Amino acid sequence: MSTLHTVNKSPFDRGSLESALAHALPGDAVLLIEDAVVGARSAAARIAEVLKAAMPACSLYVLGPDLSARGIPTTDVIDGMTVVDYAGFVDLVTGHDKTQAWL
Amino acid sequence: MSDTKRFLYVNRKAPHGTIYALESLEVVLIGAAFEQDVSLAFLDDGVFQLIKKQATTGIGVKNFAPVYRALGDYDVKKIFVERESLEERGLSEDDLMEITHENDDEEDVSSVEIVDRARMAEIMAAQDVILSF
Repeated sequence: MSTLHTVNKSPFDRGSLESALAHALPGDAVLLIEDAVVGARSAAARIAEVLKAAMPACSLYVLGPDLSARGIPTTDVIDGMTVVDYAGFVDLVTGHDKTQAWL
Repeated sequence: MSDTKRFLYVNRKAPHGTIYALESLEVVLIGAAFEQDVSLAFLDDGVFQLIKKQATTGIGVKNFAPVYRALGDYDVKKIFVERESLEERGLSEDDLMEITHENDDEEDVSSVEIVDRARMAEIMAAQDVILSF
């Protein structure tokens, strides 16, 4: 039983990303969408460390169209995170037993 | 007695995920018609509103980012961006779009001033009206 966790709020503004990561179990996936994608930049040191710490256990994704909308090139994304498009989002939903949204 | 008041628009949210950034910009443009002393402040996640090369086609929403570059034409010339907010997000002035206005010598000069948090507090304290987004 694995879960896809989606996070849609900026980690600089709210604690929902850190709460999601704290509750994700090994084998789960975490996908950053909407304003949460601003946390996927490697240059933002503190949040990048939080994401990297979760990586061995969980796979981390970020939605490409939301990066583009905010002027964030995929080259700025933390190493080890995977950029997906909307079709990839659907694959993540269907590839896990359930989806949990951290609003 | 002058009817001119000092207005500061405070922007603290990332763009596109919520309507705040667009609504703020709309109100700034409307307010510009009233010939007040207008300043814009970008702090916390608001600094993301000014990032270069935003391309919103993929998420199907209007890209209002280019409108910031037209603010100079509306006599909005004072845009303050908080240095600590940039640094905490691993951003620098180079990540921000160029926003200019014409000075009295008809030269294009930058409207953006990077200020530290203490200076931002002074700017806020000096206003007559603060509108928060």
